[in-house]
Amino acid sequence: MKNHHPTALQAEGVDKFFFNPTKTQVLKKVSFEVKQGEFVSVVGKSGCGKSTLLYILSTMDTDYQGKLHMDGELITGKPRNYLAHLRNEKIGFVFQFHYLLNEFSVLENIMIPGLKLGKYSREELEYRAMEKLRIFEMEEHALKKANQLSGGQKQRVAIARALINDPLLIMGDEPTGNLDKKNSDIVFNKFKELAQEFKQTMLVVTHDQEFAEGTDRIIEMEDGRVIRQ
Amino acid sequence: MKWSLILELSKALMLARFKQTAVAATGVMFSITMFVTLLGFMNGLNSMLDGLVLNRTPHIRFYNEIKPNPNQPVDITDEFQNTWNIIRSIKPSTSRLAIYNSEQIIQNLENDQRVLGVSPKVSAQVFFNVGTIDLTGIVSGIDVQKEAQLFAFTDYITAGNYEELNQTNTIILGKGLADRMLTGIGDVIQITTAQGNKMQVRVVGYYQSGLGDYDNSNSFASIGTVQKMLGEPPSYVTDIQVKLHNLDLAPSMARELEKIYNIDADDIQTVNAQFETGTNIRTLISYAVGITLLVVSGFGIYNILNMMIYEKLDTIAILKAIGFNGSDVNRIFITIALSIGVIGGGIGLVFGYFACLGIDQIPFETEALPTIKTFPVDYNPKYYFIGASFSLITTYLAGFFPARKASGVDPVDIIRGK
Ligand SMILES: Nc1ncnc2c1ncn2[C@@H]1O[C@H](COP(=O)(O)OP(=O)(O)O)[C@@H](O)[C@H]1O
Ligand SMILES: [Mg+2]
Repeated sequence: MKNHHPTALQAEGVDKFFFNPTKTQVLKKVSFEVKQGEFVSVVGKSGCGKSTLLYILSTMDTDYQGKLHMDGELITGKPRNYLAHLRNEKIGFVFQFHYLLNEFSVLENIMIPGLKLGKYSREELEYRAMEKLRIFEMEEHALKKANQLSGGQKQRVAIARALINDPLLIMGDEPTGNLDKKNSDIVFNKFKELAQEFKQTMLVVTHDQEFAEGTDRIIEMEDGRVIRQ
Repeated sequence: MKWSLILELSKALMLARFKQTAVAATGVMFSITMFVTLLGFMNGLNSMLDGLVLNRTPHIRFYNEIKPNPNQPVDITDEFQNTWNIIRSIKPSTSRLAIYNSEQIIQNLENDQRVLGVSPKVSAQVFFNVGTIDLTGIVSGIDVQKEAQLFAFTDYITAGNYEELNQTNTIILGKGLADRMLTGIGDVIQITTAQGNKMQVRVVGYYQSGLGDYDNSNSFASIGTVQKMLGEPPSYVTDIQVKLHNLDLAPSMARELEKIYNIDADDIQTVNAQFETGTNIRTLISYAVGITLLVVSGFGIYNILNMMIYEKLDTIAILKAIGFNGSDVNRIFITIALSIGVIGGGIGLVFGYFACLGIDQIPFETEALPTIKTFPVDYNPKYYFIGASFSLITTYLAGFFPARKASGVDPVDIIRGK
């Protein structure tokens, strides 16, 4: 049904080995693609290689075999600085542990990737950041320091930050994994809202069955392989 | 990459670790303060000590040395041309102390582009008659105006009025000499020259150079007075003292003019070689101490940056995850290091200047140095410039390796480690 949409991300036979302490293959010929506008979840038992896969897809880990295409472009083997720029422009990342910069306010945290990209002026970015905060009903916390927020609030800010440069793709590694039921529901609803209202392409690792069932498509992994998609 | 963002991130990291950053900056401040103060003080002392001798030493001095004739008759005779001649008990010839054709030489020197000024002098060995005792001494006949202008003569007149020296039959005595003769200003004393001429002169002032031996035997009068004392005509001059625009030319010019005028010439470098050595060693010591202090504070910065990087691994990992590359992170930490250097160094320069002002106020009075009332300090901007450069260079080097380490942080390792 979504076949006429262009591909946002495509993995082609990705293998990943760890050599420490012994040579183990963590990813085995992983191939799949994510179309633009799709909300995809990745599930699987703990230790099956989901995080490892996500670090490779996010271009932070370049030590793998196979090919990776993003937005129709082969990104495997590109220089590090090019990948950093690509990450800044096209990928928003949400971690399980809410990684915000505690030295900065909530608003500044959201603006920093935008300042780095330099596409918008500071004033425009401030306006855009406030808009994103409004989506997450966090606007009254804009001037707080990041470490003055609760876990659920931090995670909402982290998603807002991931959105600031209008990324091609948002990736999340168990973004609700560290939250209680209530906060986890709020964050999950926000993801769904992004998918439905903004047609945001998203790839989210989760072990929350309920979460996975709410997405467009589930990729199931076992022991380093994709067993169903 | 926009610098404003780099600066903003660096500032935030520094403020987050404000105490350590302040300690590091204080280290730099302290060493730059010490560096500037030390160099200012050391060089103040250096130039004072140099001035003690070098200021009033002519760059080149022309005179006739009393020495045996190098062309002894036996060497000239044809008969002994190819023999090995040994003459024992050779005596100096009766050569004149006066410089031949001195007026012409002075005029030529004054027209020389390299020469700042020329001052003629007549030296005479005399006895100062005090009651039944005769004290030996030297009277230098000088051109007061030129001597004041070129050799800071008036700086060393501690009592009396040097202008009165322009009148005939007046004298300024070395302080030690005056003390030994128990004379006061206005007293008339009697002088006998080595040739036996007697003369009455009035004391118009005291001279104190700071070199005790010198002050015990030297005195000054006008050229005319000394010529009269010796019974010589106005063309009689025993020394021609030259001051150059550039002191470094002295040795070569001395050699050159020695030949042209066929007289002896001493240059300041040869005469005062030991002063240069002392000055160089003192300067070297101050630089060594200053640089040691800076290196120590450099290690302080290195430690603090390393610690900061260790504590801020999460921050570095996030920055990289959201698209900052290695060189951005590198620049952030270099900026932190340099900011510590700029702030610490800047405050250090100001404090150093104040410390110099302070030292400059401390009374330092000694018999030997009549012109010095407080400790001498050199405010040459050169030392401040060197201090500023050193603080930037050391902080940059101190930041270099930590920054490189930070730029190499693998975000996956940090994020996975949580
Ligand atoms: N740095 C590493 N060195 C060696 N083995 C690792 C390393 N990181 C992860 N692994 C192993 O790779 C496997 C997959 O890990 P991970 O991708 O984190 O699993 P998941 O996120 O699905 O729980 C696990 O067996 C883990 O022990
Ligand atoms: Mg995981």
